[in-house]
Amino acid sequence: MSENDKKVQILDFEKPIYTIQDKIEELKQTSKDTHINYDDEIKKLEEQTKVYKKELYEKLEPYQKLQIARHPQRPNFMDYVHFMCEDFIEFHGDRHGYDDKAIAGGIAKIDGHKVMLIGTMKGKSTKENLECNFGMPQPQGYRKALRLFEHANRFDLPIITLIDTMGAYPGMMAEETGQGEAIAVNLKEMAKLGVPVIAVITGEGCSGGALGLAVANKVMILEHAYYTVISPEGCASILWKDASMAKVATDALKITGEDLLKYDIVDEVIKEPIGGAHYSAEEMSSNLKTSLIKALDEFKNMSPEELRTHRYSKFRRMGVFQH
Amino acid sequence: MTLTDWFNKRKMQQIAARDNDVHIDDSIGKLWTLCYNCSSQLPKKDLENNLMVCPNCDYHFRIGAKDRIKLIADENSFTEMFSNIKPCDPLEFVDTQSYKLRQEQAHEKSGLDDAVITGTCLISGYKAAIAVMDFEYMGGSMGSVVGEKITRILEYALENKLPSIVFTASGGARMQESALSLMQMAKTSCAVARLNEAKLLYITVLTEPTFGGVTASFGTIGDIIIAEKGARIGFAGRRVIEQTIRQKLPADFQTAEYLLKYGQIDFIVERKDMKEKLAKLIALHSKE
Repeated sequence: MSENDKKVQILDFEKPIYTIQDKIEELKQTSKDTHINYDDEIKKLEEQTKVYKKELYEKLEPYQKLQIARHPQRPNFMDYVHFMCEDFIEFHGDRHGYDDKAIAGGIAKIDGHKVMLIGTMKGKSTKENLECNFGMPQPQGYRKALRLFEHANRFDLPIITLIDTMGAYPGMMAEETGQGEAIAVNLKEMAKLGVPVIAVITGEGCSGGALGLAVANKVMILEHAYYTVISPEGCASILWKDASMAKVATDALKITGEDLLKYDIVDEVIKEPIGGAHYSAEEMSSNLKTSLIKALDEFKNMSPEELRTHRYSKFRRMGVFQH
Repeated sequence: MTLTDWFNKRKMQQIAARDNDVHIDDSIGKLWTLCYNCSSQLPKKDLENNLMVCPNCDYHFRIGAKDRIKLIADENSFTEMFSNIKPCDPLEFVDTQSYKLRQEQAHEKSGLDDAVITGTCLISGYKAAIAVMDFEYMGGSMGSVVGEKITRILEYALENKLPSIVFTASGGARMQESALSLMQMAKTSCAVARLNEAKLLYITVLTEPTFGGVTASFGTIGDIIIAEKGARIGFAGRRVIEQTIRQKLPADFQTAEYLLKYGQIDFIVERKDMKEKLAKLIALHSKE
């Protein structure tokens, strides 16, 4: 199926654009049926759509970006693998009795670079989503990622992580098998890696569940993706005691790439196709690939010790306080 | 608002009130304290003399950082460090109140500048770097100050080849600092990584309650993980889990005892034995 065959699901705030586009289609049809020439009107409307689109998508509010980041058709880990990698061999399992489908990973080749590519996995259908638990990893997922980090370290493969998760799964088994510990160990062990680590927040970057794959030398974020300590809904229900305050919480939490750049939480914001990554997974992958290759080149000549020091000082600087 | 919404909202408010009340609204009068566990009325003096542990049922009441240090450090041996590090409001965060105001209120309530005290002390003669969290300051939440002070004390332990001990008590990351507080998890864990590489002993003592970002960072990567008796410890909150899995959780879920059963901690220690146990652990790991 080609990408153009898929019907893009329209978000509420995009509706005005599509109302104009429907009108254009209507005019085209009428012109065909009645042989009256509406070309001028159509042209005018098309121009208008273009201007309107530009205005809308360039000035998206954080809450609108949030909806794009959560779009059900947003490209997932396997889409990026498909469009970016020449080779990909997936590795499974934590070697302790579990294979968490919410985290996928394997060895890949991107533009000639051999890398370890790891990411959270969201499905595109209910069936897929149930399989990968809506992209919310269990502790076993983080331990599988850790196994792959160590493999990459052993074989001198740079590590790329692609992150799109609502957070680590809050479940009974997750607590019993150490959700907190699994994430914490990843944070600590990622600090020790002697290979370049590049993390990209591709959609939702919620809380420790995202950070557990993101102690990297370079952290990038897609234009409409977000990265936060807690989901705006969670924040609203705790601080405002009212989940319907999510929009206000979204603004307060400063979760967009632009904001995160200001506080040095992320190093680069990667441009998305007009309207968001889901309008063209191919174009998105191409932009992502360009940034990844640039980042890989940046760290290519650093020694393991230099990479560790670089990563340590990067996170060491984070935080704002009086002293 | 529909009627269902109204009921839901009311229910949420009741739950919130219950959660906040559990450990805050301690006292019935000034002289008596009600034990949450066995409901006995305890003379406050007796409770204090018993290290804030219920003499009837052994329930461990939460204690503040200063009291904790008194119980652990040899007399007059504690030297506070990094107390110059104080919070600010980088995101100019306002929810139902401003973060600035919340800081002032927390300061008034706890007498602290933020949710952790750091320094060095002797524990039965053994020198250690310690960080002690305090739940009274904004629920012990970790923002930039907590992250920075803990990182500094761990770096100090690294430079001076000292064993380090962190006592946790925290609801998790501090939402008012958003991603900046999230990054403190990475920062503190990176500091622990350096202790590992230098083969320096790092012990964590999880006390009531320890959740979220603290559990998922420096709290659970101790070489030895100790829990104080009865402490509730977890990653996600009980209510969030119940809402997610739509099922009631066992009463002892996320208690120290439950975690021990599932292999998540090394052992449980009662408050009265804590100092002795820590001293022994340091001694057994020392190279002398």
